[in-house]
Amino acid sequence: MAEDPAASSQRYRLPSLSGRGALARLAAIGASVLAIALCFAYVGGWLSPGRLGEARFVDRFEQVNGGAHAGFRRNHAKGVCIAGGFDSNGQGVRLSKAVVFTPGRVPVTGRFSLAGGQPHVADGPTAVLAMALRLRPPAGQEWRMAMIDIPVFLVRNGEGLYEQLLATQPDPATGQPDPAKMAAFTANHPEFLPAMQLVKSTPLPSGFANATFNGLNAFRFVNASGAVTPVRWSMAASDPFTPETPEQAKNPDKNYLFDDFIARVARRPVQWHLLVTIGQPGDVTSDPTIPWPAERERVDVGTLTINHVETEAPGNCRDINFDPLVLPAGIEPSDDPILSARSATYSQSFTRREGEKKTPSAVQVPVGKGS
Amino acid sequence: MTMTPHRPFPIFSRILHWTMAVLVLAMLFIGIGMVSSVSAYHQLVAIHKPLGILVLVLVAIRLVNRLINPPPPLPEGMPQWQRFAALGSHVLLYVLMFAVPIVGWAMLSAARYPVVLYGALQLPPIMPQNPALFAVLRETHTVLALLLFATFLAHLGAALMHALIFRDDVFPSMTFWGLRDRAGTASGDRDSAAHASGTPALVKSE
Repeated sequence: MAEDPAASSQRYRLPSLSGRGALARLAAIGASVLAIALCFAYVGGWLSPGRLGEARFVDRFEQVNGGAHAGFRRNHAKGVCIAGGFDSNGQGVRLSKAVVFTPGRVPVTGRFSLAGGQPHVADGPTAVLAMALRLRPPAGQEWRMAMIDIPVFLVRNGEGLYEQLLATQPDPATGQPDPAKMAAFTANHPEFLPAMQLVKSTPLPSGFANATFNGLNAFRFVNASGAVTPVRWSMAASDPFTPETPEQAKNPDKNYLFDDFIARVARRPVQWHLLVTIGQPGDVTSDPTIPWPAERERVDVGTLTINHVETEAPGNCRDINFDPLVLPAGIEPSDDPILSARSATYSQSFTRREGEKKTPSAVQVPVGKGS
Repeated sequence: MTMTPHRPFPIFSRILHWTMAVLVLAMLFIGIGMVSSVSAYHQLVAIHKPLGILVLVLVAIRLVNRLINPPPPLPEGMPQWQRFAALGSHVLLYVLMFAVPIVGWAMLSAARYPVVLYGALQLPPIMPQNPALFAVLRETHTVLALLLFATFLAHLGAALMHALIFRDDVFPSMTFWGLRDRAGTASGDRDSAAHASGTPALVKSE
């Protein structure tokens, strides 16, 4: 068929839109485009304000900590950088093909911190201590972990943590959480009180050097032949455990926990053993509030030595996101939903603080005292 | 007097187009979905990174393919502003298909996140560690991705306009059923006369 040029260009002009059926087809086109845009808006959460995304989560961290503290982590805001090495003894190889488990030393950087979003909070007897690490084999396959010194996590999913933040926030009038809010929260999250009981029955360490740090979440170790083992792990201190005493809290030094550690490292390196707990069939991997039976086999896979401590500064641990899902081949996340929630919120916190003006950390390592 | 036969896009170009259409749209949905749900975050981000690199590889192949196998010309009667819109939106699509994954890779590099594709397979950083740069790149990644989604919607709308309202050869030239039979018998077809009138044959983009 042949068409003259006038007719051929006519199709692109306005009258062609008013032809028979053209308006209906035009409406169909508009509806298709709109439908895809709406799907996108739905997936993006714009149509469901109740959905818990990372931005809302971190907003709540800021809310319960008296607003955003620019440049600081929204949780674990107060901290200091550490460095040293991890010496693998080869015992982990049968469990995981991760490069870090082959015998030898891997360089480590990390961070000690207190749980909570206040960068200048005073060290105290109820502070939850945290150890974050980056194990970096020279050929790649980095492993990041973030552990705390309580035996179990207090909630079993992201929604639980989100609600816990507000429910456990002290009422300015009484200094205690609002009982009504707490009751509503614990009714909604029955795992909280038993977990809290476990935490309260576990004595707190007197400092970072004798604290044992627990990974809390379950992971999956995959070995060279593909066998999967559910695991949890702890960094068990070599220094003998000494409990926190009431006298410590009277220390006028607001940073006594950190300053004690700085002084301890200056004397000699501090060591921990990485103990991997082997899960058995039936052990819950999806709920970090439930401890595994105490008789589970623990494999000592190597020794962490920290011989250096330094003030947070550009380019060191300050600017690293210790996302517990930065994992090497051979270590995989379990079905624990807290892992994804941690990864997402750490990412959001990191994105916010990296774009903000930095102010000095409360913890300052005196010149020449770092190792 | 030259005759330009109607022809579809080369078959390889069509395969690339539809493969990337699915991938890019999936990436946009995965990207917006992962930042809006803490429970789905990790599984989605684990797909997002390797898929983003795949898009980058494919768009590079596609650009080379485009230079080797040029697209068919736009229909003769198309007004100038529509030609300009077609050219502009296609340039924008190409720029964004390169820019979004490259910015993603760069921002992970600036933050010192390992760029893990799968298991032990990971990519080197393409930026020095720099917190301020990371913050800017992270924001840029989102803005460019939203712009890519908007451009995609415009592209889809325009394609459907060609298919359902203008009813020219633009849409069938990208399908697997449209112009096949006519490819060799197009002389004297409806646009050849317009061609003869001297309208410049701007290339039509995918």
